[in-house]
Amino acid sequence: MSTHHTSSDITTTNPAGTPERFNDPGIPEHRSRMADRDPKAAKRAERQVVVLFVISILGTIGMLVAYFAIQPDGTTAGTRNSNLALGLGLFLSLMGIGLAAVHWAKTLMSDHERSEERHDQRSPDEVRVAAVTALKDGAEDSGIARRGVLKGAVVTALGLFPLTIAVPLIGSVGNDWDVSKFRHTMWKKGTRLATDPAGRPIKASDVTIGSVVHVVPDAPEEERRTHHWITEKAKSVVLIVRLDPADLKEAEDRKDWSYNGIVAYSKICTHVGCPVALYEQQTHHLLCPCHQSTFDVADGAKVVFGPAKRPLPQLPITVDDEGYLIAQDDFNEPVGPSYWERLK
Amino acid sequence: MSSTERAAAGTADYLDQRTGVASAVKGFARKIFPDHWSFLLGEIALYSFVVLLISGVFLTMFFVPSMGLMEYEGPIASMNGQLMSEAFASTLDLSFEVPGGLLMRQIHHWSALLFMAAIVTHMMRVFFTGAFRKPRELNWMVGFILMILGLAAGFTGYSLPDDVLSGNGLRITDGVVKSIPLVGSYMSYMIFGGEFPGEHIIPRLFTLHILVVPALILALIGLHLLFVVLHKHTQYPGGGRTDKNVVGFPLFPVYVAKAGGFFFIVFGVLALMGGTMAINNVWNYGPYDPSPVSAGAQPDWYMLFLEGSLRLMPGQTEFVIAGYTLSLNVLIPAVVVPGLLFTFLAVYPFLEAAVTKDKREHHVLDRPRNVPVRTGLGVAFLAEFILLALAGSNDLIATHFDLSLNAITWVFRVGFFVLPVIAFWVTKRICLGLQRKDRELVLHGHETGRIVRFANGEYIEVHKPISDEERWLRVNYDAHRPLEIEPREDSRGVRRKGFRKDQALQALSRFFYEDRVEPVTPAELAAAHSHGDHDSLGSAEDSESALAIAGAPRDAAPAPDQQSDDHGHMS
Repeated sequence: MSTHHTSSDITTTNPAGTPERFNDPGIPEHRSRMADRDPKAAKRAERQVVVLFVISILGTIGMLVAYFAIQPDGTTAGTRNSNLALGLGLFLSLMGIGLAAVHWAKTLMSDHERSEERHDQRSPDEVRVAAVTALKDGAEDSGIARRGVLKGAVVTALGLFPLTIAVPLIGSVGNDWDVSKFRHTMWKKGTRLATDPAGRPIKASDVTIGSVVHVVPDAPEEERRTHHWITEKAKSVVLIVRLDPADLKEAEDRKDWSYNGIVAYSKICTHVGCPVALYEQQTHHLLCPCHQSTFDVADGAKVVFGPAKRPLPQLPITVDDEGYLIAQDDFNEPVGPSYWERLK
Repeated sequence: MSSTERAAAGTADYLDQRTGVASAVKGFARKIFPDHWSFLLGEIALYSFVVLLISGVFLTMFFVPSMGLMEYEGPIASMNGQLMSEAFASTLDLSFEVPGGLLMRQIHHWSALLFMAAIVTHMMRVFFTGAFRKPRELNWMVGFILMILGLAAGFTGYSLPDDVLSGNGLRITDGVVKSIPLVGSYMSYMIFGGEFPGEHIIPRLFTLHILVVPALILALIGLHLLFVVLHKHTQYPGGGRTDKNVVGFPLFPVYVAKAGGFFFIVFGVLALMGGTMAINNVWNYGPYDPSPVSAGAQPDWYMLFLEGSLRLMPGQTEFVIAGYTLSLNVLIPAVVVPGLLFTFLAVYPFLEAAVTKDKREHHVLDRPRNVPVRTGLGVAFLAEFILLALAGSNDLIATHFDLSLNAITWVFRVGFFVLPVIAFWVTKRICLGLQRKDRELVLHGHETGRIVRFANGEYIEVHKPISDEERWLRVNYDAHRPLEIEPREDSRGVRRKGFRKDQALQALSRFFYEDRVEPVTPAELAAAHSHGDHDSLGSAEDSESALAIAGAPRDAAPAPDQQSDDHGHMS
């Protein structure tokens, strides 16, 4: 019964002589195991433990044999065989020991439950008093309470010194901290659209209705093999789709951003930045496989479903003299996920 | 004395003279630990961490944490000449050209998944049995931080091979970080050393993954286990087990063999998994390139809830305020929702202590049914977690079951709010029902199916009384009551400080303990046995005779007239 007697809840009355609580029946009686009663069973259990240890020994030997016998030959199948043989050997080597030890403990070691007393975590009162006195004496010895300037100096010095590590670290960890780079991509007036990953410039006439092409800015081979390129590509990837001009809804001010029904949109999702790569020809919907934001390519890449808010930024395109698709300009807004000062 | 004995004695003497180790051995060798399968969950977490260290050291010998670009030359013909980072290339090398390298890599990844799974189930065990109560609240916090560190370890390691899949995971991280108001862009720069992906992220993650995070985990595991030694292990309720003792078997030899053996079993299972089950075949994804992405991509299971949370949030919640963009469509699912879930876990022991006002130490575990609201809250939490994890796989559910992705998402969106409430309510009701069933069993015993007809024509079923152990298990708990608080004004009519806080606490306490089932008292049992005459409840005579029944263990069923009873004794 609870010790809270202040409640108005009705509880059963406690007749004289009836204890408040039931009595603890104590630790249940020990039941002896087969191996405790029958020496034959004990011997059998011992043999089982030995067999398990032997299995482990064989497993270890097997693993070592496999290591030398099955060298990976570079093929997927060879690697798989080596991996399987080594894994099974290791498994037997470990499992044999594990099962042997547990079986030994369960069948042959004493299973008489014992009880051990617990003590409160709390220190006894006299220890607490002694601890407080020790601290007081120490503080007294240091004189910290009396020497105000010293206290201030200690606190200030200790408080300031971490700056010697923190400032250089934080100062350098973010490179130049110039977050305005989010605003610009490699696209410039006249940059040709090239296929990704081959890097071939794209002729407008080669893009058939309903087809979709993954696009990067045209750049020389050496440039495309640098780290700088990967970081720039992360912002510059574009997807072009050619639609039947009758299906295409375009805003007044963007009428000349497409060419012959070919529209180009940033491939970086405006949600958290995954490449939006799944195009559904029938509905003109573009789906982000990460979080299923769905954009309508025929209608300004507006969001029709999912966690993104903004349409994909559109790249204004046209063709050059040779009929290759080119950018009219960079994107007119930062691509990718939103951030605090995005519109500033 | 044999020569080995002499050598052992000599070594022991040498050590003891220099360390005084004998007193530690005396204290620990025969220390008692209780036995229960659910205590193994924490052990699995510990052992999978050891396996992570062993396999991880192996991997560091061959992995090159560099984003420097190189052309691949190696056994995978389809990738020859392809440009990739040294990190990715060395991952291929250690998988295909180092014998046992793939095995270690797969064991490492499986161990990481098992590590998190064991931590989560261990936490569930601790939560549902109330093992976090005084004096173990601080150890719950240590365990909670270990769980967070486990997530950090998994996240930093997952991205190291620099493949397309993990690269897109990093990109999502970048998007989430950017959504943080004011500092988001700068935090993104801080993480990537400039713009995403840059050329710093892999070495940085590597240092965190092999040095900082494991060092913290190791230190906190030490603290976690130190607390276990200080507090001694909790035990399940049962005969002879109290808050003042610990009942079980000695550390040496029983747990040296059982727990030591269990390490080998856990490692063995992980070796079998690494040997037979492929995981994270990065050569199928290819090196990181910001353009491609594959459909049906999933993070490791412990990150699924975050992924699901991101997927469920409708996009309309991005706002522009005074020219600044506030991306609540990212901030809420990726920061606020997990923040709330984790905060609940971290503060729960303190919350329960506050509404219970129970200052005693607890070492005997609760049966989950005996604390219905706690159990209900735990199940509601799990329901939410599982719903979010499923939402993180909504594309796979759509393709596997041929359902509309949008419809599934909407069901999950509604479920996000409704499911935890239903889960809580149903669980609480089940707990209360089980408690009533316990009372029923204690008061009336087991049904035997034996029908007896009296001379007067009355039929009754004979009930077999339950054993003392069975009864003790069902009556030995506290049904906490809602807090009583001091009135608003004291005797002189002065308004009391802190009354509002008390009032709020009391309301919360009511939520916890208003509905409760009290354990059967000896008096109630006596009354139940007293031939159905409730007026005799207070009679000393009757209760004495009933106590005699309740006391000594009996084999045969007592006479039918002592067992007949109606069912009116629910409190």
